[in-house]
Amino acid sequence: MTLAPADAGQQQDGVRATVGVSGDGASLLRAQANRELKEGIKLKTPKFFKKLTASMNEIEEIIEEWQPEPLVPRMSKEKPAPSYNIVSGPPCHKITVNGKQCINFASFNFLGLLDNDRVKNQALQSLRKYGVGTCGPRGFYGTFDVHLELEDRLAKFMRTEEAIIYSYGFATIASAIPAYSKRGDIVFVDEAACFSIQKGLQASRSHIKYFRHNDMEDLERILKQQELEDQKNPRKARVTRRFIVVEGLYMNTGAICPLPELVKLKYKYKVRIFLEESLSFGVLGQHGRGVTEHFGVNIDDIDLISANMENSLASVGGFCCGRSFVIDHQRLSGQGYCFSASLPPMLASAAIEALNIMEEDQDIFRLLRDKCKLIHKELQGISGLKVVGESISPAFHLQLEQSSGSRESDVRILNRIVEYCMDRKIALTQAHYLEKEEKFLPPPSIRVVVTVEQTEEELEMAANLIKEAAQNILQ
Amino acid sequence: MSRGLARSEEELTGEEVTVLRESLAPRWRDVFLQHLHHTKGGLYKRPFTESFEQAPLYVAVLTYMGFGVVTLFGYFRDFLRAWGFEKCNLAQEREEQKDFVPLYQDFENFYTRNLYMRVRDNWNRPICSLPGPQFDLMERVSDDYNWTFRHTGKVIDGVINMGSYNYLGFAENDPTFLTSVEESNEKYGSGVCSTRQEMGNLDIHEELEKLVATFLGVESAMTFGMGFATNAMNIPALVGKGCLILSDELNHTSLVLGARLSGSTIRVFKHNNMQSLEKLLRDAVVHGQPRSHRPWKKILIIVEGIYSMEGSIVRLPEIIALKKKYKAYLYLDEAHSIGAVGPTGRGVVEFFELDPRDIDVLMGTFTKSFGSSGGYIAGKKELVDFLRLHSHSAVYATSMSPPVAEQILRSMKCIMGLDGTTIGIQRVRRLAENTRYFRQRLNEMGFIIYGHEESPVVPLLLFMPGKVGAFAREMLKRKIGVVVVGFPATPITEARARFCVSAAHTTPMLDKVLNALDELGDHLVLKYSRHTRSSRPELYDETSFEMDD
Repeated sequence: MTLAPADAGQQQDGVRATVGVSGDGASLLRAQANRELKEGIKLKTPKFFKKLTASMNEIEEIIEEWQPEPLVPRMSKEKPAPSYNIVSGPPCHKITVNGKQCINFASFNFLGLLDNDRVKNQALQSLRKYGVGTCGPRGFYGTFDVHLELEDRLAKFMRTEEAIIYSYGFATIASAIPAYSKRGDIVFVDEAACFSIQKGLQASRSHIKYFRHNDMEDLERILKQQELEDQKNPRKARVTRRFIVVEGLYMNTGAICPLPELVKLKYKYKVRIFLEESLSFGVLGQHGRGVTEHFGVNIDDIDLISANMENSLASVGGFCCGRSFVIDHQRLSGQGYCFSASLPPMLASAAIEALNIMEEDQDIFRLLRDKCKLIHKELQGISGLKVVGESISPAFHLQLEQSSGSRESDVRILNRIVEYCMDRKIALTQAHYLEKEEKFLPPPSIRVVVTVEQTEEELEMAANLIKEAAQNILQ
Repeated sequence: MSRGLARSEEELTGEEVTVLRESLAPRWRDVFLQHLHHTKGGLYKRPFTESFEQAPLYVAVLTYMGFGVVTLFGYFRDFLRAWGFEKCNLAQEREEQKDFVPLYQDFENFYTRNLYMRVRDNWNRPICSLPGPQFDLMERVSDDYNWTFRHTGKVIDGVINMGSYNYLGFAENDPTFLTSVEESNEKYGSGVCSTRQEMGNLDIHEELEKLVATFLGVESAMTFGMGFATNAMNIPALVGKGCLILSDELNHTSLVLGARLSGSTIRVFKHNNMQSLEKLLRDAVVHGQPRSHRPWKKILIIVEGIYSMEGSIVRLPEIIALKKKYKAYLYLDEAHSIGAVGPTGRGVVEFFELDPRDIDVLMGTFTKSFGSSGGYIAGKKELVDFLRLHSHSAVYATSMSPPVAEQILRSMKCIMGLDGTTIGIQRVRRLAENTRYFRQRLNEMGFIIYGHEESPVVPLLLFMPGKVGAFAREMLKRKIGVVVVGFPATPITEARARFCVSAAHTTPMLDKVLNALDELGDHLVLKYSRHTRSSRPELYDETSFEMDD
């Protein structure tokens, strides 16, 4: 409501007022009224008052009649939603779900560090010194010496210059990507990327180009396309940053990304690589350093490695590591770092102790991989179910070989298999997704997690049980 | 001031208040605000007194000059660095990647290189003890003007903590209080390794959610592992395309991020300004969506309980009246206000004596008043059931760690009095007393303080960039830890120091801080307030004693 329309209104007062009571007419009159109020002139014209009240009445009617949608859609029409499983006690190797004692094949506790006594002890010491919360973000007295120590140890373990810690695993990659990639930049990302990467990409507002899952030729094709476009507009190309975002071990498919080929593509097309290693940290590689050690790639070739500490390290939070040139930027522009309280010190101490254990006992990684191979072999050949994932991946999926037609009925069938196994002391879970929010929704599946604490008998028992369930339910 | 106001104060409309205020000379504007106890037809049960005094004009001029000088020097130093006269201490790109597109634009980092670097030692100060009313700082020195730091190994102990969000003093390590937390650590371990919907829903989470719902007086609640993520992941689950979000100017980054990720249209109204909000609501309801004029699906108003940079409290009664009239939904983020205001620590809803069922989505965090970490969303049962299925955090993010949940349980029980003691309610009262005392003394000394008179967040204005660095360093020399904030977290001319009063502060500690502030205020010329206030209440209404009024 600037002065100009009000002036126009004043000149053509008679014409404008009879146009009717569109919102504009009323607001013009109101603007004039405001101006005159400010000048302190009393409004005397009765005709003016009548027009004002007439249009105001119409507006009040519109406001009365408007009905918004309910804040949350009513759920009574659909079947009552299934409630959560309640776990009483710690979610470690032997878990009590809904009152039933089971062996845990569902929590990502790969190295069995969740109920390790040393880790618990260290957390206790830290609790007695620091209390629980940090009461502030990193910038305002929320930086404790344990945080600095953890960052130091992670950087040394991964053999990079620097590491930075976040207080929530999901927020790690979701804050790291928007810190570097802004509007106008280009990101090439795998179709099977997990949800936190998708949220990070959405927050960054960059151009996103998807390539088929683990298909290096498809990636090269779109990189070549981009190169041709760059030649048309070299000035813009000089300031557009490019990134490839991949996961070491994909959460949704259990596949490993072909890192050496990616590094070759990186230097050929001058793109930076961001590697998300939530599942592969503490799993792949001789010392558990992840997919770079698995393939023998120089870690400096990867610009940023991000991982969460909620899987192998059995703690809470996440970290990014890489060269100081790259990581230091997040200390001022990583939103989940600057605007959020820091990680509670007892959880940081637990992570440090878990890291100590990982460094001391290097055999557990090989042990874990052997167990994965074992159960992978056992689960081959079940009629009706196929195993999706690498043989050394500790978190893989069991999908229906033939879909029954709709996603809902697939989910129900898989649920019956899960319940069958739960009743016989094996705790499994389906992989949950937000169906409407995922860009490329994976098919419904049961996620099986292998941990180093499971014995061979238990693995065989689980495999047999799944075969039995598949026979009973799918035939 | 009764001269010139023909009607009684209650009959003034919002617009007329604005008009009158703007017609007054600047000198009288904030006096007017402080004396005008308009209760808006009974919406407010008590007077609502906030003040945002403006500094004299020369202060703004000097601030801009200060920034100008630093910018000039910045260009000069960049020139020297480019031509090799000065060593560049920044980390550099790898040799093998020098021909890649640069990762950072030079200009983006100009401010960081040339201004932030000089005063960088005032932030990220590492501590090595409990973040209680007093803590121990690790001494850190820089040999190259703040480019790198080195820890000398010494510890500065007994520093008074005026920076941590420890409103009720629950950041404590006394073994008698922490027995249940220790037990839960022994029983559960620290991590959970799974999401809420899969295998991560522990019985302790269910217990916590029931207690939070009882504490707030609503039907049900849901908790999340991180406060920031609570906003960023749940706003997109509630609103989407075709909805409208009306968000306050000074909302926290997590709310802005959540609003952006949801894909709705966002309109911003002036900070705590109900006329601005009403205008936006009217426009939205009457005109509908921008081009098609179809009606909006939902309108969501997002506000915070206490704004952490201003210390202002949201005008909740008016917002609820507006929301009911225009049928909008209200999302209230009580990160700083839960536990910190209200006679029994239930937040701004209790502060204004309102019904929590009037607010559609109550959100808050456990980091500030409960000495833990995490966030919650509470409201009607349908809302929380919906979020259990559709929240991004419930499906993809790990649930809260058990000892952290146990700490919230025990501190909440303490505040509610369920542990059989009155410690909780004593702390709430102590916080209110400390806040009033602190603010009153600062006002008397002549500093410019922003915010509501009962908010425990006290921003003290410093204005000039040079004073920001000097203030923080001098206070540290006197063993007081303060938080200073400047551009870009605040407007460019309003750099400030922000104090967080805690129930754990004793009066001698507060007096020590106040004396140091008095001394520094004279030394650094920080006492900009142009009102002389005496410590005795005014016993008369007249402000002038002229015969011919």
